[in-house]
Amino acid sequence: MEFIISRYNPETDTAPHDRHYRLHQQELDGGTMLLDALLKLREQDPTLAFRSSCQEGVCGSDGMNVNGQNCLSCITPLASLKSPIVIKPLPGLPIIKDLIVDMTLFYKHYAEAQPFLQAKPPSEAHEHLQTPAERAQLDGLYECVLCACCTTSCPSFWWNPDQFLGPAALMAAQRFVIDSRDIQTRERLQSLDDPMKTFRCRHIQNCTAACPKGLNPSRAIQALKASIAKEH
Amino acid sequence: MMDTAMKHASPLTDLKLDTHTFDALILGGGGAGLRSALALTLAGHQVAVVSKVFPTRSHTVAAQGGINAALGNITEDNWEWHMYDTIKGSDFLGDQDAIEFMCREAADIVRELEHFGVPFSRLENGKIYQRAFGGQNLNFGQEQAHRTCAAADRTGHAILHSLYQQNLHAGTRFFDEYYALDLLKDTHGNIGGLMVMNIHDGRYHVLQSRHILIATGGAGQVFRNNTNASINTGDGLGMVLRAGLPLQDMEFWQFHPTGVAGKGMLISEAVRGEGGVLKNSLGEDFMQRYAPHAKDLASRDVVARAIAIEVKEGRGCGPNKDYVLLDLTHLDDATIKQRLPGIRDISLTFLGVDPAVEPMPVFPTCHYMMGGIPTDIHGRVVTPDENGEQQIVKGLYAVGECACVSVHGANRLGGNSLLDIVVFGREAAKTISHELHQNRREKTQQAGSPETALCLDAVRQRIARWQNPAPSTDTLAAIRKALQHTMEMGCGVFRNQASMQHALQQLLLLQQRLEQVTLSDHSQVFNLQRLAAYELENLLAVAFATVHSALNRTESRGAHSRVDYPQRDDSAWLRHTLYFSAGHRLDYKPVNLHPKHHAAFAPTARTY
Repeated sequence: MEFIISRYNPETDTAPHDRHYRLHQQELDGGTMLLDALLKLREQDPTLAFRSSCQEGVCGSDGMNVNGQNCLSCITPLASLKSPIVIKPLPGLPIIKDLIVDMTLFYKHYAEAQPFLQAKPPSEAHEHLQTPAERAQLDGLYECVLCACCTTSCPSFWWNPDQFLGPAALMAAQRFVIDSRDIQTRERLQSLDDPMKTFRCRHIQNCTAACPKGLNPSRAIQALKASIAKEH
Repeated sequence: MMDTAMKHASPLTDLKLDTHTFDALILGGGGAGLRSALALTLAGHQVAVVSKVFPTRSHTVAAQGGINAALGNITEDNWEWHMYDTIKGSDFLGDQDAIEFMCREAADIVRELEHFGVPFSRLENGKIYQRAFGGQNLNFGQEQAHRTCAAADRTGHAILHSLYQQNLHAGTRFFDEYYALDLLKDTHGNIGGLMVMNIHDGRYHVLQSRHILIATGGAGQVFRNNTNASINTGDGLGMVLRAGLPLQDMEFWQFHPTGVAGKGMLISEAVRGEGGVLKNSLGEDFMQRYAPHAKDLASRDVVARAIAIEVKEGRGCGPNKDYVLLDLTHLDDATIKQRLPGIRDISLTFLGVDPAVEPMPVFPTCHYMMGGIPTDIHGRVVTPDENGEQQIVKGLYAVGECACVSVHGANRLGGNSLLDIVVFGREAAKTISHELHQNRREKTQQAGSPETALCLDAVRQRIARWQNPAPSTDTLAAIRKALQHTMEMGCGVFRNQASMQHALQQLLLLQQRLEQVTLSDHSQVFNLQRLAAYELENLLAVAFATVHSALNRTESRGAHSRVDYPQRDDSAWLRHTLYFSAGHRLDYKPVNLHPKHHAAFAPTARTY
C-alpha cells in the first residue's frame, strides 16, 4: 500500500508538503481500517500528527480528507481505498499540524446554533412525555459526532466560513427545533432567519455525501428552512 | 522560526509558567466531569474543565446500552431491588452505603438527564424506554428486571452530548486539548493546583485551585484487547499515586463478555437484553449450563468466564476455535434497526456481518476498571492516616471510573457506570459548592503568597526527563505494546500465582526500559510522542497497582478469578485493597456493611 500524506510542522515548514509512505498488508496485524495503517505509520514516524480516540466512529476525532473525500479514518476500510491513498487535513479550516486542523470556528458555529434543550419540565418527579413518533423526529439528527466532515466539505462554508453556520451546526439547530419538548422554537427560528447563517446553504449535498454516520444534513437544513419560511 | 534544539536544552528554571486561579478545577470532560462542571457553573463558581480532548470525544460517548434506574416504566420496580442486585453483582465487595445512595438517587437523576435533553427512546405511553440488562432482577433476585433506560444503543453519546450542550448554555470554561501532568501541593502538603500542558503549543501552565476534582475515566489501555478509547490511560490514577495517595481494588478489571473477537470493539449487553443468545461451536446455548436461571443475562464476570471456558475446552468457533457466537438472527429486522442501530453499524463496519442474517464472533475483552481513587460517598478522596483511620484529603475529589467509591465492588453491573458518573458527579459538585460557600476566605486568598507557594520540583523533573536529547533505539510504542501483552497474559480473565509473578517480572523490565527510552521528537506543537510518554508512565503505574493487588488477594471474587484460589473467602478477603506506589505497599480497609435506609445484605453464595 502506498500513502501520500500531507505534512506540515509549523515550527519548521512554511507550507504543507506531501510525503510518501509504504506499508505491507502483513505489517497491519490484522487491522483493516485506515486508522490501523496510520497508527502503524506513526510507529515508524512518531512525528506524524493526527487526532484519534475511540477507534470505532463515535468520538468524531479523526476526520480527514482521503482520496478527495472527507471521512473518519477509524471506520474507513483500507479495502475501499484506491492506492496511492492521498490523505490531507479536512479542507477549509486552518491547519495546526499535519492532519490536525483548528476546529475553533466549527465549535463557535455549533454554539451559535444554541444546541441545548430549553424546556419546562413537568416536575422533578416526572419525565417529559414524548411519543415514539415525536422521538423518531430526532433520529438522523442527534447522532452527530461533531467530526466536521460535512461542514468542511461544503463550498458555501468555504466561501463564507465566518458567517455561514455550516451543515453540522444547522443540523444541531434543527434537532432542537423539532424536539417536542423544546419551548423556544419560535425564537430559534427567528435567530436563524438570516441570509448568511442559514440560507447560504445551496443544497449542494456534499455534506450528506461526506457524513460518516450516514446522516443527511442537507435534508435537515431543508426542513429547517421550511419551518423558518412558515414563520413569515 | 523557533529554534527547538535550543528550547529543549534550556534549563528548566526558565520554564515560563502562566498561572490561572479558579474556585474549582475539573480534570476530565466526560460525563462525570461535565455533570460536576454544570452544577458548579450554575452555582456561580469560577470553574474550569481541563480535558486532553474536546469534551464530546471523551469515552462516555461510547457507552451503549443504558443507565439503570428503578423508574418502573415497564414493570413495578424499586431502588431496594436495584441495590440488592448491585451488591450481589459486586460479589459483596461494594460498599453498601454508597450503593444504597446511588440506587436511591437513580430515578431522580435519570429524569434530570431527560430534562437536560437526553433523547431517550420512548414507550407507547411516552415514558422512557427501559430494557433488560444483565444481573438485574425484581424482588431481590426473582424475575428479570427492565431497569436500563436507553437512548437506542447510543445512551452514552446521548448523555455526553446533552451534558456538554447544557454546559455550553451555562457558560462553563473549558481548557480543551490541555494535558494535566500532576497535582501540585503547597508547602504544607495541601492540594493547590495542577500542572498542565497546552497540547497546541507545548507550553506549561499552573492552574491554581483549592478544589480539584479528578474525573479522568478508566485505563483499559493497560490490556491489549480492550473496548476503551486510546485516551483511556489512567492519567488521574498516575498523578494520585505520584502524590503519595493510594488506589483501591485495582485487581478488579471487568472483561466484557462480548467484544468483537480479535478486535475488541464493544458489542453491548443490550444485544442480549433484546434477546440475543451466545452459542458455541456445537450450536449450544451454553449459558444455560453456567447460569440456569439468568442464562445470557447473568453478571458480566460470570458470562465472560463461561465464554473463556467454552473456548478453552475446545468448543470455540471459527478456524482457530477462539471465539463464540452472539446470535440475534431470530430477532426481527425492525427491532434490530430500532433498538440496536449502533451495534448493527459496528457489525457491518468491522465484521462485514449483518447481525440480522449472521451471528457475530465475540470474546471477552477488557472493558472497565472497578478500582480507582478511594473516595467517600460525597466524592472526597480518602487515605488512611498512621492509625489506619480513613482521612479526607482536603481539596481533592474524584468521581466516575477513575474513582472507587465503591459501588461496583468486584464486578460492575451493566448500566451502572453511566449512573455512577452522574450521581457522584452531581454529589461531588454539591460537596465542593458547599465547601466554597463555607470558606470564602480561602477562595479569595491570594495566589503566590509564601504559605500557598506550590512545590514544582517533582513535576519539573518529570518534564525535564523527557527533554533528554540523547537518541535511543527503544521506542515508546514497543514498550506500550509489551506492557499490554504482559497484562493480558498475566492478569486476564483467569489468573494464577505463576502468571502474575511472571507479569511482575516483565513489568520491572519494562520500567527499566521506560527509564532509558528518550523521545526522538522535541517539537512543541501537538507533540504526540511526548503525550504518549506521559501516558505510558501512568499506564505502567496502573499495571503495577493491578498486579501487586491481584497477587496478594488469594481468593476468587467477581472479576478477579484465580485458578489457584477458586473460592471466595469472606473470612480473609471481605475487604478493600489499598495500593501505594512507594515500595509497592499494600494496605486494607473494611467493606461498608452499614446502609442508612435499608438493612445490610449479608454475603451469600452468588448464583444466577
